[in-house]
Amino acid sequence: MSARLRPALLGLGLIVLIALPLVAGKFGLDLAARIMIMAIFAMSLDLLVGFAGMVSLGHAAFFGVGAYALYLLSPQYGAASLLVSLPVAIAAAALAALVIGLLVLRSSGVYFIMVTLAFGEMFYYYATGARWLGGSDGAYVYQRPSAGPVDLGQGHAFYYLVLIALAATYALLRVILRAPFGHALRGIRSNEHRMRSLGFAAPRYKLLAFVIAGALAGLAGYFDAAQFGVVNPELFGWRLSGSVLMMVILGGMGTLDGAIIGAAVLVLLENFLGDLTTHWLLPMGLFIVAAVLLLPQGLTDPAALWRAMRERSRV
Amino acid sequence: MSEPILRAEALGKNFGGLAAVRDVSLDLSPKQIHAVIGPNGAGKTTLINLLSGDLTPTTGRVFFRGIEIEGHALDRIARLGVARAYQRTNIFAGFSVFENCRLAAQARRQPGIRLFRPALAYRDINDAAGRAMALAGVESRATDRASDLSHGEQRQLELAMALATEPQVLLLDEPLAGMGPEEASRIAALIARLGADLAILLVEHDMDAVFNIAATITVMVDGAVLASGTPQAIRADAAVQAAYLGEAA
Ligand SMILES: Nc1ncnc2c1ncn2[C@@H]1O[C@H](COP(=O)(O)OP(=O)(O)O)[C@@H](O)[C@H]1O
Ligand SMILES: [Mg+2]
Repeated sequence: MSARLRPALLGLGLIVLIALPLVAGKFGLDLAARIMIMAIFAMSLDLLVGFAGMVSLGHAAFFGVGAYALYLLSPQYGAASLLVSLPVAIAAAALAALVIGLLVLRSSGVYFIMVTLAFGEMFYYYATGARWLGGSDGAYVYQRPSAGPVDLGQGHAFYYLVLIALAATYALLRVILRAPFGHALRGIRSNEHRMRSLGFAAPRYKLLAFVIAGALAGLAGYFDAAQFGVVNPELFGWRLSGSVLMMVILGGMGTLDGAIIGAAVLVLLENFLGDLTTHWLLPMGLFIVAAVLLLPQGLTDPAALWRAMRERSRV
Repeated sequence: MSEPILRAEALGKNFGGLAAVRDVSLDLSPKQIHAVIGPNGAGKTTLINLLSGDLTPTTGRVFFRGIEIEGHALDRIARLGVARAYQRTNIFAGFSVFENCRLAAQARRQPGIRLFRPALAYRDINDAAGRAMALAGVESRATDRASDLSHGEQRQLELAMALATEPQVLLLDEPLAGMGPEEASRIAALIARLGADLAILLVEHDMDAVFNIAATITVMVDGAVLASGTPQAIRADAAVQAAYLGEAA
């Protein structure tokens, strides 16, 4: 995407999202909020996969921590305080990412994929057996959080807070990726050994990326629990980790816009294919395999699709 | 002679049954070029790996300004001011030449994590990268992808990256190999000039260059030091003549 086109499209997208409540009904707004939540989640994973070169298949663990944090902080039939529960959910996810990061960052490549997967599944199995978390059935969050006049259960407050969180996540990631930290992460992805040989304490950079990504995944999970009013162990599981990884790959790893687009495409597919069949994972998987083979740059680079098809037709 | 800045004491490295480096001691002093020569497989690269922290010695110790360096310390040694140019070019192939050098300068000037200011707003880092590119003669390729450079230019970039870290000690592993004759003599002259300020360990097969610019030469054969001394002493050494220079000449 050209350097001038992108800010224009981003601005347009933002205006559309701001104005959407004027035109869309409840179904449309819920779907848009769902897309935005998944976009936050996908961008957080893209920081790891697309920029730092750490392919995690357990990223849902932190999404689940954020979601369960809201459940635990909500009074039985009342609303949690937004100002308390939101930061606590993010901090809990960050803390979980710090602990797990210290353990998994010793491995890399395929081992990293397997170890992160194993940790996600550990969370999943723990939650299925833990009474205080509602066990395998999960638990309800009866009311959305509120803070004074802001009640996420009323009007469009939830939608707009999610939109603000999306914009803030995007801006934060843009800033840190443009900073020396982001340049160093790309260097680590390209050639970690050379980065260390230049003097970078690469493990610290990776750990911080893991913690930031975990915190933002927790933010997304928090909103997920608030939107649907329910938490269950699936929120930690590999299906969700796999879905968000697909979003990142589909959108083109290493582009934040791509993660947003990937999230939108996947949520829409899930929504509409999911209506046709409960086994939507198979058609979706096929679509994604095709997309990844044809579009190494993801959906953000349509020119690459054209080139890829021409090259294929020549062979 | 001034206090050595980097000192190897009885270093040894075994790969399985193979003793690639055996009981090697040497000192690197500021403002001195110390060349290490020897046939292929003599253990020169392995020796550099032990000094840089790429490998942990099986036996022996390494000191930086009199303090022992312990543990697996690749990035820690680099932050002390020991820079390395690899024999097998080791660059960020997908990045621009400038970004390769900028990362190196960032490692030196902002080794801590900096999250908010744009990287390109650190003018001192940009300037250090620019100076290193100019010294090594790759500034005209600044915006090109490193992978698009010729083999010789990539060797120059390898050196530029080491220089961009503004080191006190330079470990150069065959920096002239793969360069055209003109570039090679230009880079040899640059290394000679750098030797006026830095402590340099130079592994090189170009004997003319080595005997011209080194103050001390150590000859390695089969992992061990055969002889060490001034260029004149080495040239006159009978064992060296027999084992190495004789064949090469
Ligand atoms: N990582 C390694 N594993 C096993 N053997 C090695 C390794 N690195 C070097 N060697 C062996 O150690 C010996 C010295 O190699 P090297 O230090 O590269 O020599 P030089 O740089 O003088 O040509 C060679 O026999 C080489 O095959
Ligand atoms: Mg060698």
